[in-house]
Amino acid sequence: MKISTKWLKDYVDIDIEPQVLAEKIERTAVEVDEVYRLEKGLKKIVVGETLKVEKHPNSDHLHVCQVNVGGDELLQIVCGAPNIAAHKKVIVALPNSRIADNVKIKRGKMRGEVSEGMICALQEIGFAENVVPKKFVDGIYFLPEDAEPGMPVYPYLGMDENIIDLDVTPNRADMLSMRGTAYEIAAIYNKKVTLPHLEIKENQNDNVANFLEIEAEPELASTYLMRIIKNVTVKESPIWLQKRLWNAGIRPLNNVVDVTNYILMDYGQPLHSFDYEKISGKKIIVRLAQNDEVLTTIDEQERKLDAHDIVIADEDGPIALAGTMGGQSTSVDEKTTTIALEAAVFNSSLVRKTARRHNLHSEASMRFERGINRKTVVEALNAAAQLIADLGNGEVVSEIAKGALEDAAPVEVSISLDKINNVLGTSLKVADIENIFVRLGFGVNIANTMFTVSVPPRRWDISIPADLIEEVARIYGYDKLPATLPKGELTPGHYNHSQNIIRATRQLLEAAGLTQAISYGLTTSEKAGRFLMQPSESTQLKFPMSSDRTTARMNLISGLLDDIAYNVARKVDNVALYEQGRVFYREVGNDRPVEVEHVAGALTGLFKTATWHEAKVPVDFFLTKGIVEHMLRSLGVTGRVKYVQADGHEEMHPGRTADIYVGAEFLGFVGEIHPNICKEYHISRTYVFELDLGKIMGLVKNHANYTPVSKYPAVTRDVAMAVDKSIKNSDIVACIKENGGKNLTKVELFDVYEGEHIATDLKSLAYKLTYQNKKATLLDEDVTRDFDKVVDELKEKFAAKIR
Amino acid sequence: MGLKDKLTELKKNALEEINNAKDLKKINDIRVNVLGKKGPITEVLRGMRDLPKEERPNVGSFANKVRDELSSAISERKERIEIIKTSKRLEEEKIDVTLPGVPVKTGQPHIIMQVIDQIEKLFLGMGYQVVDGPEIEEDHYNFEMMNLPKDHPARDMQDTFYITDKFLMRTQTSPVQARTMEKHDFSKGPLKMISPGKVYRRDTDDATHSHQFHQIEGLVIDKNITMADLKGTLQLIARTVFGKEREIRLRPSYFPFTEPSVEVDVSCFKCSGEGCSVCKHTGWIEVLGAGMVHPNVLKMSGIDADVYGGFAFGLGPDRFAMLKYGVDDIREFYLNDMRFLKQFSQRG
Ligand SMILES: [Zn+2]
Repeated sequence: MKISTKWLKDYVDIDIEPQVLAEKIERTAVEVDEVYRLEKGLKKIVVGETLKVEKHPNSDHLHVCQVNVGGDELLQIVCGAPNIAAHKKVIVALPNSRIADNVKIKRGKMRGEVSEGMICALQEIGFAENVVPKKFVDGIYFLPEDAEPGMPVYPYLGMDENIIDLDVTPNRADMLSMRGTAYEIAAIYNKKVTLPHLEIKENQNDNVANFLEIEAEPELASTYLMRIIKNVTVKESPIWLQKRLWNAGIRPLNNVVDVTNYILMDYGQPLHSFDYEKISGKKIIVRLAQNDEVLTTIDEQERKLDAHDIVIADEDGPIALAGTMGGQSTSVDEKTTTIALEAAVFNSSLVRKTARRHNLHSEASMRFERGINRKTVVEALNAAAQLIADLGNGEVVSEIAKGALEDAAPVEVSISLDKINNVLGTSLKVADIENIFVRLGFGVNIANTMFTVSVPPRRWDISIPADLIEEVARIYGYDKLPATLPKGELTPGHYNHSQNIIRATRQLLEAAGLTQAISYGLTTSEKAGRFLMQPSESTQLKFPMSSDRTTARMNLISGLLDDIAYNVARKVDNVALYEQGRVFYREVGNDRPVEVEHVAGALTGLFKTATWHEAKVPVDFFLTKGIVEHMLRSLGVTGRVKYVQADGHEEMHPGRTADIYVGAEFLGFVGEIHPNICKEYHISRTYVFELDLGKIMGLVKNHANYTPVSKYPAVTRDVAMAVDKSIKNSDIVACIKENGGKNLTKVELFDVYEGEHIATDLKSLAYKLTYQNKKATLLDEDVTRDFDKVVDELKEKFAAKIR
Repeated sequence: MGLKDKLTELKKNALEEINNAKDLKKINDIRVNVLGKKGPITEVLRGMRDLPKEERPNVGSFANKVRDELSSAISERKERIEIIKTSKRLEEEKIDVTLPGVPVKTGQPHIIMQVIDQIEKLFLGMGYQVVDGPEIEEDHYNFEMMNLPKDHPARDMQDTFYITDKFLMRTQTSPVQARTMEKHDFSKGPLKMISPGKVYRRDTDDATHSHQFHQIEGLVIDKNITMADLKGTLQLIARTVFGKEREIRLRPSYFPFTEPSVEVDVSCFKCSGEGCSVCKHTGWIEVLGAGMVHPNVLKMSGIDADVYGGFAFGLGPDRFAMLKYGVDDIREFYLNDMRFLKQFSQRG
């Protein structure tokens, strides 16, 4: 809402710097988007009179004009506007002037003719295109006849004032009008509001009943009124009115439409003018549209209506979409002489739906949606009717045609002094609060410390005690509130088990060298459905904004691959990321997916680059697996974690992927991305893991018991063997542990060899076995006996050749 | 030559040998040769029995003296050799300490998570719970329980990704509060919670808009909670995140679930109020929204609004991070460029 400070001063006697006023409004009422002055930044722009206009000798569209700018000499200015004419008052940018966007105008030559300045269009001195009157949009602007050559143009165009652009919150729709804003400013500064009331002069010889009767359902329009203004001449509005409109951001059109817009800004009351002669029959009905009814609105769009649209209909059908846009067939034009003027209060939620469905958000529909001052509907209608009559030399026919008229009574809300102070943490006195309500223009009755407040209809946002507390708080001033902390019973603040596991997981992975990524939870349906750890339906948005974000993710790896691709495309080749977040699994028949906490990692390139001191460490399967092992071990996942060769993941390398189990519980997988996927992302070998953190949380048990450190020395034995390549380390380790005897405490693989020193179908594995007894020093022969048993077993089971 | 002279000669030669010794082995050899059982001193002492009885003590003590002198000369020389050896080793081992250290490979939290962690820590310390909730919510909890019935004009303030008519991507984390309020047993004490998490809006991504971002909403419900308590709490957030010198100011605003509602500005940490581009030359930066919980919200959750009341606030870690670190494009947070993420490694 653009507030003209001049207009405001008509209603409240204030003399305050606009910046100061804006700041005060912002601290007390609503946000201010901007404070500006149209003439700001402009220089040497004056009224000119075109005394002579001749065709440019070297151009078929330019004219050479002799312009009186108030001095003794005429200025010669070359002008290219199609509507240039002699004996007009025009906007002249003098030599060395400055027009909009900080453009400097200099004396110059155009096709050989001297041009001392420029004749300007309104857009060239800073007007927004959409407020310039239609007939001047493609040409220069003509100032009023009485404009004085040589004088600055700003006062003639209303550019010599400050505009405060308010960002009105939905609850303060009362401030979507000059009058409502005036009340607010008056309350802030403790001033009186003086509002003019245009007296209506009705033609008593004619009655609206001769023109119209109206039928309106109160559920659709709680108030629906019409007046007839006859013998109207539709023409351009006077400049004072045009100035007010364009300063409010509205394009002037003609005196009838301009008046309805002016009253809209003044009272916040939307009005609509019909050309009465174009209405079929004498009966206006406010009703819901029937399905498949059609209306061509004034923007020339044919709109299919349905049973949620309120329409104004005549004998032949809809002539307007209530509260949003009029119909073309009944619109006012230059030939119109009789105006049917509508003032109404339409059902807000239906208007909202219509505005949404037809994408017809307007100043009017916004006010119907947010509310209207019921108290001034009639007054606004009368003021508009009279102004149309005054400006169009017409007359207002007596009486108002009524379809419905809602009573507007003040609302009473009670609140105690204690309640106010208890909620705000203040110690205000009865008189302080009474003063605030009086400033707001509310009626107030006080019994002891109980206030009964009578809230006028212009503040329809106030209906409960909490609303009154807000009024007190903001007028009293939030700055004056003390700053304390909640007292009362102490409560412990701590993370729960799942939150602890999530945070521990993050820390472990960061310490292991992975950096946290946060990717998008919404992705394409293809990416969402990859790397699935369980069968799931996808969860899709009804109306996505883009094809990239249509589906809730069912894995984290896809997002991490996007991240890797982004890095690699920017020549960042070494990436080590993890992400912790939710995936969304949905069962058939359920609309709502289950949200499961996952953790995933993705690594590519070098884990560590070479330094002068150390060789490079490329990322590989075992490095990635090591991170997973470290994480699970450190989280305290109990039970034996198993890594099982997994060739069934479509998106993974079939020979380099392991599923991870604890017992029968599937936790996730670790492995190399399938080359086809890498190709799609334009990335090189990438290793990933993804785990179900929810399951991990269930496997984490609180502390294991302490095991005393053995006082007796440990004994180690190494065994190296050649076995068939197909034999898995996990089977060998299992065999060693199974047959190792009670003193075997640790089995470590310390060497793997395949290559020229061994037969092609064999590999060599070497293990270090550690034996220790907690209660006694081990005897060499006992260890040897146990160790030999293991070796025999390995020979037998795996045909191992001990080396 | 008498024994004494022999000893004197011996001593002289031995001392010379000792002082010329260059390594520990040599000095050990000397010890064995000179002081050992088969060495000359022992021999001299053995030859004492040929001396007249009265000379024996004299020569004996002389011999012992020589032995002691040589023994301590050996020790001194040994020490000396060790010092030389050590200093030689140290000399040889000298390195260029200006060569860089071995880089430690670590990762780090995402910058948004760092902001969230910081705020969680603050509130845990004040006895708040951290409560999580679903990212795909019911319209009922996301809007209706927040005093935003269907067709409320304020629903336009948040464009929503709907899944079905009933389910949507949550636009705020306040539905977590609604769910917690419904369940809270006030006989066990006040409700003090924060709910951090991802939220979604139907927006086109650009430098200042993202269809996904984060929120932390806070809620306190008890018998005597005041707006002054809210102000104090907000001040604490501002000072924790933006520095202890910060001031805050409250401005009226509108949120359907609070009444009164306020927008909260923090004094500019870049210019300290002088005016700069960060604060758009006002000295203040809008950082969060807050208010006193609307009685309708309490009632809908089954809480007696005549007895209980409280405050709520909501802040955006993305915005906090942008302000604090001067990030001017919100999309940076979700692209995960290593060069971006790695910049925020300072933990102190
Ligand atoms: Zn600043």
